[in-house]
Amino acid sequence: MLILAIDTSAVASAALVSDDALEGVVGSFSTEDTRSHAEVLAPGIEKLLAESDVTGADIDAIVVGVGPGPFTGLRSGIATARTLAFAWGKPLHGLMSLDAVALEVAESTEAPREFLVATDARRKEVYWARYTLQEGQLPKLVDGPHVGFAADLPDLPAYGAGAGLYADVLRADPDFSAEQPDALYLGQFALVRLAGGGELLDSTPLYLRESDAQVPGPRKRAL
Amino acid sequence: MNRSQPLVLGIESSCDETGVGIVRGTDLLTNTVSSSMDEHVRFGGVIPEIASRAHLDAFVPTLQAALAEADVTLDDIDAIAVTSGPGLAGALMVGVCAAKALAVATGKPLYAINHLVAHVGVGLLDARAENLLPENLGALLVSGGHTEILRIRRITDDVEMLGSTIDDAAGEAYDKVARILGLGYPGGPAIDRLAREGNAKAIRFPRGLTQPKYMGTAEEPGPHRYDWSFSGLKTAVARCVEQFEAQGEAVPVADIAAAFQEAVVDVITSKAVLACREQGITNVLLGGGVAANSRLRQLTEQRCSAAGITLHVPPLGLCTDNGAMVAALGAQLVMAGIEPSGISFAPDSSMPVTTVSAPAPEPVRTAARA
Ligand SMILES: [Zn+2]
Repeated sequence: MLILAIDTSAVASAALVSDDALEGVVGSFSTEDTRSHAEVLAPGIEKLLAESDVTGADIDAIVVGVGPGPFTGLRSGIATARTLAFAWGKPLHGLMSLDAVALEVAESTEAPREFLVATDARRKEVYWARYTLQEGQLPKLVDGPHVGFAADLPDLPAYGAGAGLYADVLRADPDFSAEQPDALYLGQFALVRLAGGGELLDSTPLYLRESDAQVPGPRKRAL
Repeated sequence: MNRSQPLVLGIESSCDETGVGIVRGTDLLTNTVSSSMDEHVRFGGVIPEIASRAHLDAFVPTLQAALAEADVTLDDIDAIAVTSGPGLAGALMVGVCAAKALAVATGKPLYAINHLVAHVGVGLLDARAENLLPENLGALLVSGGHTEILRIRRITDDVEMLGSTIDDAAGEAYDKVARILGLGYPGGPAIDRLAREGNAKAIRFPRGLTQPKYMGTAEEPGPHRYDWSFSGLKTAVARCVEQFEAQGEAVPVADIAAAFQEAVVDVITSKAVLACREQGITNVLLGGGVAANSRLRQLTEQRCSAAGITLHVPPLGLCTDNGAMVAALGAQLVMAGIEPSGISFAPDSSMPVTTVSAPAPEPVRTAARA
């Protein structure tokens, strides 16, 4: 099974993963910057396909990170994934973006049994979720995703760029303190879950915050 | 690629309409629009984040409906065009990402085009017109997002902004005044309707930027000779309402609506006609959603004909924001042999009209490394 995975919940990334390939990876790319998704994502995907010698017809499914993440960037990836899936006539699945970091933690040698993943939610807040680990299984989401102040999070080891940003109040793991959700891990997560007969999400974005719009109050009368 | 009658798919998402249009040359095959207007009603104006969320959910269904109505497939398409600006940044992003994904999926060339010029391009789809892009062409665009007068020397690459609003768009002023008068959203139709029952001469509201220091003379134009400003007008309406209330009198809502509308329409048309006369424009296309306003159409027609200017008003469904206008301009670019924009351009929320389409990317050079 060949999956094209896309995530723009923080940085922009895309990957081709397959259960036939070495370590599951056919090819991948990711940016460092979190604000140029609309420019870099499509060229990145085009190059990824060309370098991997893959066409739309070869792809079995598209998986997209549905956040949480800053809205405009998050939508770039979802709009791209939905349109590619429509144009190629392929199934589309969603995955919670923090799962990508959780899988990376799970694959590291010193992974604890229970931990948090946090990314930058801007406005002095983090997006976060709590996971537990069991040998030989995908990390299990037990709480979240949420958005909130770092100081209000449970007292557990914390991974990801959101933890690194608030290392003063979180038990941030220094090796993961700049880690962002990456489509590569999201794709691998999806491969394992689908192979095990598990379900993925649909592509509905997890905004977690309202649109900020205020219903205007009645106009003040001059008296 | 078919360059004489190209089949072009156009995508629009600069404000609250998700539009997909398909044209073959200058023939309109479909103009499919999904609007999030209803979701903005309780806020009294377009909320960018709500519009962006709605674009994301509306895009694929709108695309699907457009392809079905035009009875074509993505394979049949010769080129894709998308509004790259000006507009709401987050809203533009959705259409641009979707358009780029379509370009990647299909390998078709992509044009990143200017929304304002597309409003002019839509005139090309008007089956009633004999000469689709006449000489000495100008365009007066009035909507919730813009108020501009343009000169079009060549629609594919030579467009000039003669004047524009320096603050609110005319449609925005209508929405704000409708809110002051308790008339709901969108304000344009509500004020237009009520104004017919009112006396426009009962109150005189200011016409912005008409003082000599802004206007200057034809020989020595002032800084805002062809520009508009509507924020002072909105304030004047608010003051006027407050005065009636402070005196314990009933607010003459219909008179205020009529007088406000007259002030807007008077200053728009007088400055537009002045620009046309002084700049040698003899044909004017009216575009944008406010083209639906009965008084604006009436006074524009009257003043244009008095000045010997021919006015063209496309069907209303093509005046409001839509994908067909984007496709129509895209088809012109293809027919003119203009290079596509590629897929690495960034949407530009303040794209100038001098950029009709984002230029093709520079050929990739291998950077010299020290
Ligand atoms: Zn418009």
